[in-house]
Amino acid sequence: MAKQVPDTRNVGKDAMTPEGTVNRAALPAIFNPEDLNALELALRLKDSAEGSTVHILTMGPQRAADIIRDAMFRGADGGYLLSDRKFAGSDTLATSYALSCVLKEIGADIIVAGRQAIDGDTAQVGPQVAEKLGLPQITYAEEVIEVKTDTIVVRRRLERGVETVESPMPVVITVNASAAAVRPQNARLVMKYKHAMVQSEKAAKEGTLSAELFEQRDYLKIVELTAADIDCDEMQLGLNGSPTKVKKIENVVFQAKEAKRLTSSDEDINELMVELIAGHTLG
Amino acid sequence: MANFFLDNKDLQYHLEHPLMQKIVELKERGFSDKELYDNAPHNFEDAMDNYRRVMEITGGVCGDVIAPNAEGVDKEGPRVVNDRVEYASGTVENMKAVNAAGLDGLTLPRRFGGLNFPLTCFVMANEMVARADASFENIWGLQDCAETLNEFASEEQKMKYLTWVCQGATCAMDLTEPDAGSDLGAVQLKATWSEERQTWLLNGVKRFITNGDGDVSLVLARTEEGTADARGLSMLVYDKRNGGMKVRRIENKLGIKGSPTCELVFTDAPAELVGDRKMGLIKYVMSLMNAARLGIGAQSVGLCEAAYREALAYAHSRQQFGKDIIKFPAISEMLSNMRAKLHGARALLYETSRFVEIYKQYTHISHERSLEGEERQEMKFYNRLADGFTPLVKLFSSEYANSLAYDAIQIHGGSGFMKDYPCERLYRDARIMNIYEGTSQLQVVAAINAVTKGTFMEQIARYEQEEYVEAMQPIVEQMKALKVRVEAMIERVEEINKEFPQFKDFHARRLVESVGHIIITYLLARQAADNAEYGSDARLFAKLTQSYIASAECYIENTTGEDVELISAVQEQY
Repeated sequence: MAKQVPDTRNVGKDAMTPEGTVNRAALPAIFNPEDLNALELALRLKDSAEGSTVHILTMGPQRAADIIRDAMFRGADGGYLLSDRKFAGSDTLATSYALSCVLKEIGADIIVAGRQAIDGDTAQVGPQVAEKLGLPQITYAEEVIEVKTDTIVVRRRLERGVETVESPMPVVITVNASAAAVRPQNARLVMKYKHAMVQSEKAAKEGTLSAELFEQRDYLKIVELTAADIDCDEMQLGLNGSPTKVKKIENVVFQAKEAKRLTSSDEDINELMVELIAGHTLG
Repeated sequence: MANFFLDNKDLQYHLEHPLMQKIVELKERGFSDKELYDNAPHNFEDAMDNYRRVMEITGGVCGDVIAPNAEGVDKEGPRVVNDRVEYASGTVENMKAVNAAGLDGLTLPRRFGGLNFPLTCFVMANEMVARADASFENIWGLQDCAETLNEFASEEQKMKYLTWVCQGATCAMDLTEPDAGSDLGAVQLKATWSEERQTWLLNGVKRFITNGDGDVSLVLARTEEGTADARGLSMLVYDKRNGGMKVRRIENKLGIKGSPTCELVFTDAPAELVGDRKMGLIKYVMSLMNAARLGIGAQSVGLCEAAYREALAYAHSRQQFGKDIIKFPAISEMLSNMRAKLHGARALLYETSRFVEIYKQYTHISHERSLEGEERQEMKFYNRLADGFTPLVKLFSSEYANSLAYDAIQIHGGSGFMKDYPCERLYRDARIMNIYEGTSQLQVVAAINAVTKGTFMEQIARYEQEEYVEAMQPIVEQMKALKVRVEAMIERVEEINKEFPQFKDFHARRLVESVGHIIITYLLARQAADNAEYGSDARLFAKLTQSYIASAECYIENTTGEDVELISAVQEQY
């Protein structure tokens, strides 16, 4: 599972709209960074187990097919783009619902995703998908140590150390940024897959070489799914299925000029508490 | 997230040259591979799109992996462990990255697993790699040895070795020995045929071998017992997996420290003959060296790019007397000349690559079928240009690499002399570039005939005939006038040389460099049609050309035949 996100790492002045939402037009759309770590982890699994394949599942507008192509350039075999107006406005609950409906149909032994996306930073979608599919989950994964017949051994990166866990498969794994960096795009794969696309992209390319090859070569077809293509309850999709409501968005401007040093004395802690409550940071 | 292709408009520009149409046609032969390989292009645009994409991948690997590793590689360097080379850890990472990016076998045919890309792209990739880390370019660029195998080896050998190179095998060319450096005809390493083992066996020592412990080595060896010159030498291919070769030591060098320069000992090492006996130096090494010279041209231009960028960034960030130092004319003059030299050297590099490419492609075609009359003419035409331009590009770009690295440190001031900035590494790395694969002095020897026998002058006449934008007319007029003066210089040298035979040798470099300056000025002026910024480069470079030729002319006019003795007198000293 992967997501195309606005690149929030190098934000300029126009990164936010006056209303306080992300100005998607001003930010380039990129492959969510931790999803790239997840892709690498998946590709290493593929390298180590002959006959296995890696497919990308993403939900988003048509242009999100870019990240599926990107993944194919790095070694993925294909992908699924879940794209429909009915998915618009999805929060994590609606997103994980839609993704899990697709996953029920296509099935997978190991489902890998980045820990979280840099636009929402919730880290909820992976775990929610696992819950909805009734699968075990391994979060903060850093490296697959071993794949046995029915189980997988994974090292997790936790706040104060590492933990090695073993889980039955199928399993959902969410991958930490500390995992191995993604491999570069491969020249041969780029040339092989550069014409890959979803059916709806073809219209704009009618009469071109891309459109011609798309018809001839099955490996160039990225699967495109709408809400109607999956077995789901439409009331749980998109805005309808999203209980999250944004009440207010505030621009926080950092004003303090000097650092303040607080010790662990009762007095200092008390002072901090008073300040946080006064500023409505707490309470 | 740096990308050495996308951040370099000048480099991108050279990929879009009109001659690419012809090059792609020759390279793809009617795009017949498209039915056989899923990554083969279907038409010209498709091929160009492939090149751009793969150059972008290369630029990404250079910016994200190779460049950040360069400092560590320089410090750590390779070492010998149990007679084998162990690369610096950063070098190992670089190798993994270029292999994962599928950049091995870039120019080799698809039937061996290669990308079948034009030489121009390979040169570009080399340039980017060198900008990131010149020492890694030595190792990666040696895959070029496979081109020589592709040209001269048997089908069986090609299938074995080229396939391996396409999967990431590294190469070496084992030419020099303790007593055979520039003079390769003196090579001693023995190759003897063993009836018992049905193979050639190598015995002897090779020295100064770049990446000597590579997987596939092309070895120049003496197959003809009792001979002492070039005619007794043959080329053999050695497969490291067969054993018989030990790395005795790695040289401790001034620069390109990440590249292992090895002393090798061969003891009954089995090897296969490539092509015909006795043609080793005369034919195959010459081909190898020409390719390697173009490779050093690319390495040098990459280093120029790195030095210019370091200097420019520093000049913008360093303040003295209350302003950025780039605001001082002394600094901005240095930087604008650096830029003109960088763009000039690059223009020459890709002009040469295209000449070499077309000639090489016709050679390959001629192995498959006999060429038509017109094709034969073209092949001859480009062969001549390639032979003249290759030493020229090696000479100019390697000297510029040194001059730009020198200026980069100068602009950094005292800080540049410290180990704290990359410019000191660039300075050390550049120093070998005008020495190895033929010193600048030998490039002059290789190029002088093209000066005196017309190749360059005819080409300059062709440049004169081209159309230039209005703003470049004064430059073209200047160059026309300079050409006349250079012709007079050549005439004087040839005339006096009749009586004083070493006269031409003394002035050869001045003549070659005068002609080279004019050629580079034309190339930059031509580019001004596509981008006005090149007009500035051309105007700056024209000044360098004017002053260089004025000085060379003055020197030549003030040297008489008798001066040969004066200049030679030092031979009696010491």
